[in-house]
Amino acid sequence: MFVARSIAADHKDLIHDVSYDFHGRRMATCSSDQSVKVWDKSESGDWHCTASWKTHSGSVWRVTWAHPEFGQVLASCSFDRTAAVWEEIVGESNDKQRGQSHWIKRTTLVDSRTSVTDVKFAPKHMGLMLTTCSADGVVRVYEAPDVMNLSQWSLQHEISCKLSCSCISWNPSSSRAHPPMIAVGSDDSNVMYGGKVQIYEYNDNTRKYAKAETLMTVTDAVHDIAFSPNLGRSFHVLAIATKDVRIFKLVPLRKESSSTGPTKFEVQIVAQFDNHNSQVWRVSWNITSTLLASSGDDGCVRLWKANYMDNWKCTGILKGDGSPVNGSSGQPGAMNTMVGSTVQTSQNALNGSAAGRYFFPPLDAPRAGSRYGHLLPPPSLIEHSDAQFSPHSQLPQSPMAIHGQPPQSPLSLHRLYSHSRALNTLPEHD
Amino acid sequence: MEEVDVEPTTTPIPGFDSNQKHLGFVWGPGDILVYETIYKASGGSAGGCPFVHEVRKDEDIYSPILRKLFNESHHIFVGLQRIREDLPSKNKKPQFVSISKNYRSVIRACMEELQQVAVYHNDSLGNTLLSLELIWNLCEVLFIDAAPAGSLVLHLLDWVRLHKADVDEKAREVLASESPAEHQAYWDVVISYVLQGRMDEARQVLVKQAALQPAARVMFKLLDNLLMKMPIFNPGETQTLTEFDVKWRHWREEVDHCLQDQSFASNRHLEDICKILVGDEDVLLEYKELLSTWYHFLVTRLLFSHPTVKPTELHYYAQSSMHMFLDTRSVPEPLDSILLAAFEFDIHQVIKDCSIALNNWWFVGHLTDLLDHCKLLQSHNLHFGSNLREFLLLEYASGLFTHHSLWQLAVDYFDHCPEFGRVYLELQIERVPLDTERKALKVIRICEQRQMTEQVRSICKIMAKKALRNNRLGSALSWSIRAKDAAFATLISERFLQDYCAKGTFSDLDLIDNLGPAMLLSDRLTFLGKYREFHRLYGEKRFSDAAKLLLSLMTAKIAPHSFWMTLLTDALPLLEQKEVIFSADQTHELMFCLEELTSGKSDEDIETTKIELLRLALARNLAMAIVKEGTVEV
Repeated sequence: MFVARSIAADHKDLIHDVSYDFHGRRMATCSSDQSVKVWDKSESGDWHCTASWKTHSGSVWRVTWAHPEFGQVLASCSFDRTAAVWEEIVGESNDKQRGQSHWIKRTTLVDSRTSVTDVKFAPKHMGLMLTTCSADGVVRVYEAPDVMNLSQWSLQHEISCKLSCSCISWNPSSSRAHPPMIAVGSDDSNVMYGGKVQIYEYNDNTRKYAKAETLMTVTDAVHDIAFSPNLGRSFHVLAIATKDVRIFKLVPLRKESSSTGPTKFEVQIVAQFDNHNSQVWRVSWNITSTLLASSGDDGCVRLWKANYMDNWKCTGILKGDGSPVNGSSGQPGAMNTMVGSTVQTSQNALNGSAAGRYFFPPLDAPRAGSRYGHLLPPPSLIEHSDAQFSPHSQLPQSPMAIHGQPPQSPLSLHRLYSHSRALNTLPEHD
Repeated sequence: MEEVDVEPTTTPIPGFDSNQKHLGFVWGPGDILVYETIYKASGGSAGGCPFVHEVRKDEDIYSPILRKLFNESHHIFVGLQRIREDLPSKNKKPQFVSISKNYRSVIRACMEELQQVAVYHNDSLGNTLLSLELIWNLCEVLFIDAAPAGSLVLHLLDWVRLHKADVDEKAREVLASESPAEHQAYWDVVISYVLQGRMDEARQVLVKQAALQPAARVMFKLLDNLLMKMPIFNPGETQTLTEFDVKWRHWREEVDHCLQDQSFASNRHLEDICKILVGDEDVLLEYKELLSTWYHFLVTRLLFSHPTVKPTELHYYAQSSMHMFLDTRSVPEPLDSILLAAFEFDIHQVIKDCSIALNNWWFVGHLTDLLDHCKLLQSHNLHFGSNLREFLLLEYASGLFTHHSLWQLAVDYFDHCPEFGRVYLELQIERVPLDTERKALKVIRICEQRQMTEQVRSICKIMAKKALRNNRLGSALSWSIRAKDAAFATLISERFLQDYCAKGTFSDLDLIDNLGPAMLLSDRLTFLGKYREFHRLYGEKRFSDAAKLLLSLMTAKIAPHSFWMTLLTDALPLLEQKEVIFSADQTHELMFCLEELTSGKSDEDIETTKIELLRLALARNLAMAIVKEGTVEV
């Protein structure tokens, strides 16, 4: 892996969250400077800030995108005890010319009496629903009954978790076998208060969320929590950031058909890593949940991967190169050029050092020379055509034909083959 | 099997000190964004944290030369999946070998291409490809072709010759020189040929020297004879392995005899050749430079000492050859370990070591798939065989999906992963950016072919939403019809009607005129379609049909109340025609509609003048209709 580019975010204070949109073509950043910025990726892969506006009157903790089926919609939550929903509207033509877009506030959700610590949209099959959690220990579920009118949100559920909440995660499974489910983490550090991860499940009969499970083994403060994509499995996988990284498997136990209570689970721990040394602050899965990333007190991002036997391992670390942190005092412009060059040099260095990983280590000179550079593939050993298995004709792109004619350009072929042929044929006349 | 612990790779993030701050991150489609932050609530010094870094992996995908590798191997992969399961595996072997050769020829083609641009290109990719082909070729000989004793050494010789081809280059240079026999590389060429078992070529070159030394003619003739007589196993002939072995031992005794006699004592080179022929390991090792690799040494050793080696005995000779050849202090390189594992027939180890050394799933994915088709993963008692194949293919295909055009190849790989392929495809395909309508249609087609209805619906809905945002009502309507999204279709129909009321004309007539049964998706859409039909009938001067339709829009409650006044106003010109269009009954119904609309509303809400006009027109029409209907045609 390598740093492909660095984007000068130009926030006046700490960034707390960065969020990709569903297709990965836009991102939103939020900061203690009370603003949110939206960035669009150009054809060439460069990021351009297309909107920046003050969203709250306190630090903005999290920003998140709604599914594009609902339009271009963002939600943010803040220390100012509110969460807000924003919608991009197609602006005036001169806005467009400047490459700027316009975001308007659709609603402010003011029910919390304390800092709103997390905000998440529910999976799209549930409709347009937004969840917040706050330091006062309440999870709130809002719904926009008319998806065409984002200024109307009704508070559907208030779940009291009794403990200061730090994070929420929806179970993304859209299977009918799985009722809507939400996991809540608490950053209360008092281990006497018991499990810090609670699982709530929606009950169709009572039309309420009821607690299905508390992970009793997680007694330290929890900072982040993430259900993995379901992949059509019957069980659920949950990653937790606490004093270490933990991965749990929640296997629903068979329910009697008459039972109307919440699902009970068999909770299994799949993996536990303390490589971050101390607190772990974030955990997140990639799209297909083949990789889990975590960020911790060691100032690193670690990537975790399971092999085909479900053994989890650290496969990558992103770590500062140790060069001094340049404070906000520097001029943005000057910083840009300075870091721009740093990036380039370290990238070169990386290409060198990464070679060992990507490729075999460079071979010593005579061997390298002999193995490569004087290739003479005798035609008899390599088939260039095979009518029996000629690939089917639907070629999305068909650069070189392996069948019919050799892929090599005639010139190089001639050059390469002629040597071996000339010599091979000689002895036959003997 | 024990997992070897591999150190994770560390990627440095510029301008960031991990000791002072935290590193925030977010997953993207093919990358991770990282930024400095402080998570602790009491978090240290505030201050701007100006940079978000985009960390990418697998830049391989973006190499234009490797794109060809991916494209071509995709075709071979799809062809392989089509080989019928029910054929007896014996009949399939030649097919598998040929597929294996096709894969290798694609690797070769990429190397060729790389060579041409190598002037300004990093050579490490070329080396990687070369190593890949070397490993693949060995796997083909040992696992797929599975040559038995006798043929095995011949196949291994071919393998070495293919990958140690510089001898031909050198031979050409020597033979082209003015006096080949005096060329400094002359003996290197002769011995290289002998080491590769290319006796005829060696003799051809030796003749040059013999001509120069008439005195040593007998000696040269003797060696030439020995070289010529060396028995080579020929699997095509009726000769059995035992017969060959007897013949070979006889020949070897003869060579041995010459050595005892000191027949070549006067010429160091000829004596060395003779010693090579009896497989003298010390002499072989003196020619390390010419052998260049331990596996060349192995194959040469087998040729002259154990030409009938069985596959099961290979590992012993491979290990000892490696240890004899390599400096005892040096740690074997990944390539050496992989080849050794192959000689030990440890397929799993080969795949695992390759995964670790390469960090690119192309090679292991395709090789494992082929080995799985050859039923090799089962016969080697890896109970997770098919999972390993799927695991590797899923990894490879997921990597392809991050590329803006290669993702289309990935679809076929997912299709051939029975366990998780479909779910992976569902998760990945809905995230393909829908930059244009064409791309959206392409994605939808792929989803439709696989009955992925939810993904199709979602994509149509996204496109409808996008079109509406950009005020393209027609496109928005057709996407929402495709998504079968009634609420959205209603909203857009509403917008069409509003536009009509404001401008007096319809846009996107083609679409609305050809709605067909799609019209039934929502009441409002039905109304829009029918109302437009009324306009068409009117335009075609089919007044009575138009009048009937207009009336039915109200009486059948298709038209929203808010639109009734517009409809009644539309009726005005029909009422004013000289000819009677609305019958007496129809006129009555129109009157009821008007009354229903106005009753219970205060005067201010109603456009009084318009109503007066309507009432007048209705009354006059009623009178005319009664007269007409009461008149008996003569």
